[in-house]
Amino acid sequence: MVTGMFALMAMIALSQEVKVMKFPEVQKKILSADAPLTIFNFWATWCAPCVREMPLFESYADDPNVKVYFISLDFGDRLEKVKNFVTKKGLKSEVILLNESDYDAYIGKVSKEWTGAIPATLFVDEWGKTYFHESEFTKKELDAAIKKYLN
Amino acid sequence: MKKTFVILFAALVVAAGLFMNARLTMGDGYGIGDTVADFKLKNVDGKMVSMADFKDAKGVIVIFTCNTCPFAKIYEQRILELDKKYASKGFPVIAINPNDVDRMPGDSMDEMIKRSNKKGYTFPYLRDDTQEIAQAFGATKTPHTYLLNKVGGKFKVEYIGAIDDNPNDSGNVDKTYVEDAIDALLSGESPSVKEKRAIGCTIKWRDA
Repeated sequence: MVTGMFALMAMIALSQEVKVMKFPEVQKKILSADAPLTIFNFWATWCAPCVREMPLFESYADDPNVKVYFISLDFGDRLEKVKNFVTKKGLKSEVILLNESDYDAYIGKVSKEWTGAIPATLFVDEWGKTYFHESEFTKKELDAAIKKYLN
Repeated sequence: MKKTFVILFAALVVAAGLFMNARLTMGDGYGIGDTVADFKLKNVDGKMVSMADFKDAKGVIVIFTCNTCPFAKIYEQRILELDKKYASKGFPVIAINPNDVDRMPGDSMDEMIKRSNKKGYTFPYLRDDTQEIAQAFGATKTPHTYLLNKVGGKFKVEYIGAIDDNPNDSGNVDKTYVEDAIDALLSGESPSVKEKRAIGCTIKWRDA
């Protein structure tokens, strides 16, 4: 019981807070990404394939070459739900709740290739070149993509 | 023998190329103004349904949707309302479920029958088992709407995308894209907004 509480507290301490942002702030992060590889993963708590692939991205949380952002497309009024999810999963990567209802406007700005389906992931290399994927990754596919985009 | 092998190899290369191309262009499909080829798919009532069955229709609202996607569920009531409002005006809804049943057992024909009965669907709810229709349209997610207008017996794409601009709160919708597009067509005009993307669940494609 006590151990469980400590574990829970440790998890809360480790996991990130969730920031609520409008798209221009997210876009600024995309345009100013300066890690060797920055990954913007678009997800939602209600999206099963998104939740399934999250641990694959999270396994890069401690990689100095890779910076991962989880951008939640849960509705803006579901902040508590997203926070609880992040705590429960003990996510160390940065989590942002995108509170924007004009989907068409921002979808096109993330990538012209994005039709709006999630999961969707944008990779930005250190020269600002972007690579867009609109599908769920397997571990093999993600490891290969990250390796490729880091070179 | 050697020649046969070369021909066989060439055929394989061509086939592989075609296959890869098909995968790459999966998201292309129909664009605005394109003529849509008719389809024949099984409905929840066991009958086959084609667009040609709607002889008196002025067009159709084709919506790729499913039982399992939370975003599709959010829009279910609004799809029912679209059909209620526009079927009598000549624009009925045709709902198509393209999800692979192996990956999404909740989208099987049995589950579709249950859901459509429970929710009182007034429109066909078809299964696209081969996923060929979803691919032909270029649908990528659920829900994904294509508004078609019948001109000279042919169905032409007039609008693609979101049903409206507020998935979260149907009471606070500002722009009713699909309704506006139909209203424009009913008054003999071309819709002013032709494409609006929205978030949705990726169509669960069969493993290649």
